[in-house]
Amino acid sequence: MSLDSMLIVAALLFCVGLYGALARSNVIAVLMSIELMFNGVNLTFVALARYVAPAGLQDNIAAVLTGQIFAVFVITVAAAEIALGLGIVFAMYRSNGTVDLTEAAQLRN
Amino acid sequence: MLFQDVAFWVIAVVAVAASVGVVVVRDLFRSALLLALVFVAVAGFFVLLSAEFLAVVQVLIYVGAISILFIFAVMLTQDVRRGNLPNRLQVPAVVLPVLLFAAMAFTILATDWPQIPPSQQGLANLVQTQSVSIVGPETLQQAGVSGAAQQQAVQTAGLADLLLGDFVLPFEMVSVLLLAALIGALALARGRQGA
Repeated sequence: MSLDSMLIVAALLFCVGLYGALARSNVIAVLMSIELMFNGVNLTFVALARYVAPAGLQDNIAAVLTGQIFAVFVITVAAAEIALGLGIVFAMYRSNGTVDLTEAAQLRN
Repeated sequence: MLFQDVAFWVIAVVAVAASVGVVVVRDLFRSALLLALVFVAVAGFFVLLSAEFLAVVQVLIYVGAISILFIFAVMLTQDVRRGNLPNRLQVPAVVLPVLLFAAMAFTILATDWPQIPPSQQGLANLVQTQSVSIVGPETLQQAGVSGAAQQQAVQTAGLADLLLGDFVLPFEMVSVLLLAALIGALALARGRQGA
């Protein structure tokens, strides 16, 4: 277990999520892939916080926690995003009768 | 150290295999369950990185809430039978992530990361492993930390201190963002009826 291997795994998670977000046609599958990408980013933040010296380390030792703080904010924003995203999915399903992205041509109903 | 390595590789294999499953499996319901498995694996990574608080948050929010939301969404939209069809962009959708991963892997391996200096390694470990509790003078003395570093660290209460100190503005903005998301989700779910 080293910083490099941890970052490689995080990059793999991100890239698999990117493939899913680009290649799937179901909106829910795309949202799931975006969650995968969020998790890759979070893993990167926490791994870097664990192993890499931040800029302000000399002044304030608590700076080693900055990466974890960023991960907390990412988790919060991801939760808000998923609540709104699924709301939009349901609105789309009500008006179009499908959650297929290739058939969604308009945002208004 | 050996145990950590074994745990890391087991979790890494599970995480990557399950994430590939999420985007490849045709059945959306299974893909939602595999997504929950990825979330659990990432929580395991957080434990390995001594970010225990984040691991608990990950299990509570991702495994407990977001996975369930996804399963509800899959059930309610009733598109399970048609499944998770690929669209027509297969070639660019493969090429772009592969190129991006190659670039990221090259950057990760070629970068000389600035390590935490050995003189501060003990204290840094302490602050990270105790990130949710107040680091008191006794704990610091047990860790062999004294002098000016102790003065600084005694004022450190880990994540909570940072959240309500240096990061208080983003903290408040995220609160407003959550409120806006709440209202927006309500407005979307309410639809046009009785507007």
